[in-house]
Amino acid sequence: MKQNIRLNVNGASHDISVEPRKTLADALREDCGLTGTHLGCEHGVCGACTIIINGEPARACLMFAVQAEGMMLRTVEGLAKGGEWSPLQKAFVEHHGLQCGYCTPGFLMLATSALEENPQISDEDLRDLLSSNLCRCTGYENIVKAVRAAAAQMEAAR
Amino acid sequence: MTKDAIGQSLTRLEDPPLVTGRGRFIADVSFPHQLHMRVVRSAHAHARLLSISTDAARALPGVFAVWTAADIPEIGPIDFREGKIEKLEPYRQPVLARDKLRYIGEPVAVVFASDAYIAEDAADLVEIEAEDLPVIIEADATPGEFSPGLSSEAAIVNQGFGDIDAAFAMAHAIVEIDVKVGRHSGVPLETRGAIGRYDAARDMLELHGAAKVPHKNRESLARLFGRGTTGLHLFEYHVGGGFGIRGEIYPEDILVLAAALRFERPVKWIEDRREHLIAANQSREQRHKIRAAVDKDGVLLGIDNEFWHDQGAYPRTHAMRVAETTCGILPGPYKLAAYRALGHYRLTNKTPAATYRAPGRYETNFVRERLLDAIAEKLGMCRVELRKRNLIRKDEMPYARPLSVLEDDVSYDSGDYAGLLDKSLQRIGWSKLQEELKARRAKGELVGAGLALFVEKSGLGPTDGAHVRVDTSGAIEVITGGASVGQGFETVMAQVCAETLGADYRKIRVIHGRTDRIDFGIGAHASRATVMTANAVRAAALNVRAKALDVAAELLQSDPAALNIVNGEVIAPGGASISLAQIASHLRPAASARRGRDPGLACDGWFDSDHQTYPYGNQIAVVAIDRDTGAVKVERYVIAYDIGRAINPMLVRGQILGGFVQGLGGALYEEFTYDANGEPLAVTFADYLMPTLSETPEVEVILAEDAPSTRNPLGIKGAGESGIAAVGAAIASAIDDALGVSGAIRQLPVTPQRMRRILLELGRRPS
Repeated sequence: MKQNIRLNVNGASHDISVEPRKTLADALREDCGLTGTHLGCEHGVCGACTIIINGEPARACLMFAVQAEGMMLRTVEGLAKGGEWSPLQKAFVEHHGLQCGYCTPGFLMLATSALEENPQISDEDLRDLLSSNLCRCTGYENIVKAVRAAAAQMEAAR
Repeated sequence: MTKDAIGQSLTRLEDPPLVTGRGRFIADVSFPHQLHMRVVRSAHAHARLLSISTDAARALPGVFAVWTAADIPEIGPIDFREGKIEKLEPYRQPVLARDKLRYIGEPVAVVFASDAYIAEDAADLVEIEAEDLPVIIEADATPGEFSPGLSSEAAIVNQGFGDIDAAFAMAHAIVEIDVKVGRHSGVPLETRGAIGRYDAARDMLELHGAAKVPHKNRESLARLFGRGTTGLHLFEYHVGGGFGIRGEIYPEDILVLAAALRFERPVKWIEDRREHLIAANQSREQRHKIRAAVDKDGVLLGIDNEFWHDQGAYPRTHAMRVAETTCGILPGPYKLAAYRALGHYRLTNKTPAATYRAPGRYETNFVRERLLDAIAEKLGMCRVELRKRNLIRKDEMPYARPLSVLEDDVSYDSGDYAGLLDKSLQRIGWSKLQEELKARRAKGELVGAGLALFVEKSGLGPTDGAHVRVDTSGAIEVITGGASVGQGFETVMAQVCAETLGADYRKIRVIHGRTDRIDFGIGAHASRATVMTANAVRAAALNVRAKALDVAAELLQSDPAALNIVNGEVIAPGGASISLAQIASHLRPAASARRGRDPGLACDGWFDSDHQTYPYGNQIAVVAIDRDTGAVKVERYVIAYDIGRAINPMLVRGQILGGFVQGLGGALYEEFTYDANGEPLAVTFADYLMPTLSETPEVEVILAEDAPSTRNPLGIKGAGESGIAAVGAAIASAIDDALGVSGAIRQLPVTPQRMRRILLELGRRPS
């Protein structure tokens, strides 16, 4: 039996009707039309579906949509403000932090949540953080460089 | 020509949609009224199929149809990409299992439903009854019967040259090793997916979600469905990594097309991760018994190799290519008077195997470099010196061998193998490093360094074409039959077009992966896109340039040779100019300035190639072993690679770094393991362990352009497979060094469990 719920994504309300078993990731993609959140494993390991929920990074494949009602959800589609890319988005392009781009939204959201909390994150903590997601193309080095560059910029802007 | 695009580390044209969530991967595509397909897979590694009950599944609300093999009698088994191979015909995989189940994961039935969740529910209700048969898990075990009268040894491959018996008869020493490479694969982060669509109004069949080789696949699929190629089109979207395994024709591609035709509704299939890990092509698994004959100075006289190639349950679209490449490429950068390779191409009850980035090279680089380390040990020689003594010299290029790779006679085009090795040794400070490691070992640490050399192959032709056109707004379109699997194809093609034509690369739209836009295309595989397609783009852009200058010379009343094109403007010596957009206007069909020329500022260009190009490199690893956990940590890693000429050095480095990490996975972590009953044990990312950032060292890349290819005007060699090619080889060598035991590593991956066992055997686990 479908349930009517309201999801708040990137500041906009989405009134959708979903089965209780539908994952948040599927609901974002299919019912809200936000296909920037990708599914890589559907068992919480790869992190491609990472979004920000109430300020914390979370795997959208491991939650049901109905559990997300009333929460503030942020996805990759909400990173740019008024057509202006976030420092992280720019840095990923500048430092070749993506190849196929499939894991990119997950890494962007993971790093966004961390840098918003602390742009002075240590190298060790950053490596630890970024180890929670998988990338199969880049070899990670350029992702680290991109996040470091964005962190420096965000810190300077504070 | 402008000199501001080729060779520059320009940012990618591909990136803007991908960093803003606007990418369009196949799972993001939907068509009105579509059905969702779910595959019911065999839970038996080897069994006689007795019955399939689909009643309960059909009865579930939302289920549209359930198919078994009986529902698609008209569809034959999956063909080989490069044509008919008589002896392998009876081994081909049926699209749905008919009377036997041969691996866990084999498609047995398919459910079509209105919703993906319902399709999955219904698939669980399909009951398969089967009688188990004995399984074959090891390719080096005694072959069994595939079917009455057909051995599970489907073929023998062999290549060789020289008098191998004489080489061994005159040898000062004979060195033999027995080594294995584990089963692992590309495992792109996006799983496979496909949408079949049939437009009855136009009688057009479409496959959405193509990758790698859309044009070749169109030919195969057109044959299979008895249609002309003009009535079948393939469409590529964003592709979440290829690595060789994506884009081959699999049962699911055929099923969505067959269902779309039958139901006249779009049919969408998206693979889940467990399916991917048991159904998509796996790779690499080989055992080699290899021996070398050497003289007293360590000069190689001959190599004799027998190997067992584990193909899994069926030959796939590549047929025997990996095994054949294994024979042809094994000698690598070394001179050799005599060589014999004999491979047993054997079927087992595991997921079928095919190519994975650097197929046949990751394996043979490991095997050959292990052999060289063993020779050095036997003769008491330095590993580096032994290699240098046997390398093909710069002045011996081009260097041909009577071997073939991908049906192309092996002929290395250019290279300075020793020179590049010296660069790496210098970068890492090899001599000093040996002292440092020795001192650390004296204090009880298990640390060591290893090296491996390799020759890559890239740019297989024989030909590719492209079309370049400028519209009346000045926008430029480059239409290729190439494919993009995330490697930066669009950017590289745009750079070559921009420099050749005289335009801003950001104004260039690059088309790929669409059979409805261009008749031919080689796709993106075996590191050939930049070599073949970029040279075709250059040829087309040169033709457009000539046509533009011809028109401009008339309009500007100038000598065409005196004109130049800068940023889309043709400029005459006196300062007069005309834009490419204006020239395109003057070439409209009704334009008077056209004067009998073909309409449009547009031209085709073709590039033909006789032989592949052979980039080369070397890799040096420094590792430390944890005595307690058996974990191997890579402390330093140097990759030197000569690409001939880099169109975009940033992207080449990206290819090298990404390939390296995949190679690291195959060397230390990733393995598709099976139990004795053929049950796959690596079916989630908790079991199939791909490296994360934590396992990844910083890699020092030496990107050389000392030996441009002599086989194309741009001097290009391929980039895609260099990073991964020798990682298993170099790390194995470094671990041996850390242990102080040559030949300790005989099998990849060196998982912590295996490392602990080796440490125990060597009595090196004191704690």
